[in-house]
Amino acid sequence: MAQTYRSQLVDPLVDNNPITLQVLGICSALAVTSSMQVAFVMALAVTMVTGFSSLFISMLRNQIPSSIRIIVQMVIIASLVILVDQLLKAYAYEISKTLSVFVGLIITNCIVMGRAEAFAMKNPPVASFIDGVGNGLGYGLLLLVVGFFRELFGAGSLFGVTILETVNNGGWYVPNGMLLLPPSAFFVIGLLIWGIRTWKPAQVEEREYKIQTVEAH
Amino acid sequence: MGLRNFFDRIEPQFLKGGRYEKFFPVYEMVESFIYTPKTVTTAAPHARSYIDMKRIMTYVVIATIPCILFGMYNTGLQTNMAIAEYGASGWRAAIIETLGIGFDPNNPFANIMHGLLYFLPIYIVTLVAGGIFEVIFAVVRGHEVNEGFLVTSMLYTLIVPATTPLWQVALGIIFGVVIGKEVFGGTGKNFLNPALVGRAFLYFAYPAYMSGESVWTPVDGFSGATALAISASDGHATLPERGIEWMDAFIGTIQGSFGETSTLAAMIGLAFLLIVKIANWRLIVGCMAGMIAFSSLLNWIGSDSNPMFAMPWYWHFVLGGYAFGLAFMVTEPVSASHTNMGRYIYGALIGFMVVMIRVINPAFPEGMMLAILFGNVFAPLIDYFVVQANIKRRAKRNV
Repeated sequence: MAQTYRSQLVDPLVDNNPITLQVLGICSALAVTSSMQVAFVMALAVTMVTGFSSLFISMLRNQIPSSIRIIVQMVIIASLVILVDQLLKAYAYEISKTLSVFVGLIITNCIVMGRAEAFAMKNPPVASFIDGVGNGLGYGLLLLVVGFFRELFGAGSLFGVTILETVNNGGWYVPNGMLLLPPSAFFVIGLLIWGIRTWKPAQVEEREYKIQTVEAH
Repeated sequence: MGLRNFFDRIEPQFLKGGRYEKFFPVYEMVESFIYTPKTVTTAAPHARSYIDMKRIMTYVVIATIPCILFGMYNTGLQTNMAIAEYGASGWRAAIIETLGIGFDPNNPFANIMHGLLYFLPIYIVTLVAGGIFEVIFAVVRGHEVNEGFLVTSMLYTLIVPATTPLWQVALGIIFGVVIGKEVFGGTGKNFLNPALVGRAFLYFAYPAYMSGESVWTPVDGFSGATALAISASDGHATLPERGIEWMDAFIGTIQGSFGETSTLAAMIGLAFLLIVKIANWRLIVGCMAGMIAFSSLLNWIGSDSNPMFAMPWYWHFVLGGYAFGLAFMVTEPVSASHTNMGRYIYGALIGFMVVMIRVINPAFPEGMMLAILFGNVFAPLIDYFVVQANIKRRAKRNV
């Protein structure tokens, strides 16, 4: 293994973030980031699923026939998702209602399948587990950052605690209603990608086209 | 010319190697605003033309003058009429009283002055807030600030309600300039209309300040729905009962954002743009045809529960932002389609979408803004198919 466990865990946070660099898992990042509490629970759920699905898939990797590997992976991921869903319903019922269908849809989250296919099928269990957890945390970190901006400026609160008193409650802050609409996460994620790539120019992709310049005489 | 000498003297400082090299865009902005730009095309082909970017943009600003004047008059008129009932308050009323102009709605000068006091703050904030971001991007990215921003800021000012808080005005134009234009590379590369992007941002971010019954006329306690909102709830047939004849809507003495109410003023501006060949007539034909065809179809289908189905095309034409959008935004050369066939399709798509949103979507009484943004997004795709169709057609000639 060229990578150390540490770098496997830390790299996906910024340098190889599943959302801002690989641009995976965007749909749920739009749907569950309107409040930080929901984003936090979602981040935990996805980290659990990516970590353990990578672990189990990696343990079975030498027994899984290549022709049906996707189905086997899906069975493992689906079982874990159901487990997480039941746990949430048992211990955090209110939040599980807000998350509604999005917990179930972790199955279709490209990050989970992506790590299983790209990493867990070729690497030993412990490395796969750490890789899965790292990617889950990278996803979760971005979810929390997006949720921070959306909840703070869209509703004036963080984790449900009022920070900026809104006009409707007699305060001064006029909440920005657009940030509570899912599409606003596109703007927030886009601006974050812009910021990260300015900070770390290595992430900037090569142009798909070249702008031709005309030589001045 | 003292000023010319002054520019010539300080210019070397801003050129490459000069002390203020980084601020060349700022120098260039001021210089080319006052004098004809010196740059000429250096590479072939050389086509002689009197038109350049500065002239295009200046013409568009000139074309908006009827809308500006009428917008100020109408804002003042609506305000003064409401003041007669609800009383005047605020610093604008104090200025009007100090100057001794009075609040008589029958006095056009009093109306224009009162409207001016609403127009100017919004326009100045737009120029300053948007201008700062234009200059920041120009300095960092090394492109030039051009007169396009004058157009954007003017159009933007004309499509916000008079009561918009100034900080929202600033946020909207900054969003429009940065997200609508600069992230795509600046003027000429923006596939969306920056003024509309800013307006759409405000519409979704602060809906309570951008729609409803109390935002159009800046008098406390007064509430007046736009003619479109009335039509959506009670049908256009009830408009004359409320004192809105078709002619009123055409001339523009109705509730609405600053510059959008007057179809007449927008048409004067459009005629100017057509004469100087900045607006392409195919876009107009397409947009009118799409609107007329689809609204007539809906008239024919009819509906018992939705009174908007019965609204004929000549009412669609004069109400809301249709005429203003048709004159200044559908015709914007950058965000529209570039092929002649594509222009018909692009226009028709917008005309169709306006009616679609106004009539069939109950959430939005007005649809011009969203319809144009929708059209903007599709313009490159339309061009692609028109070009491909042409390639196929010509390939068939030599089998």
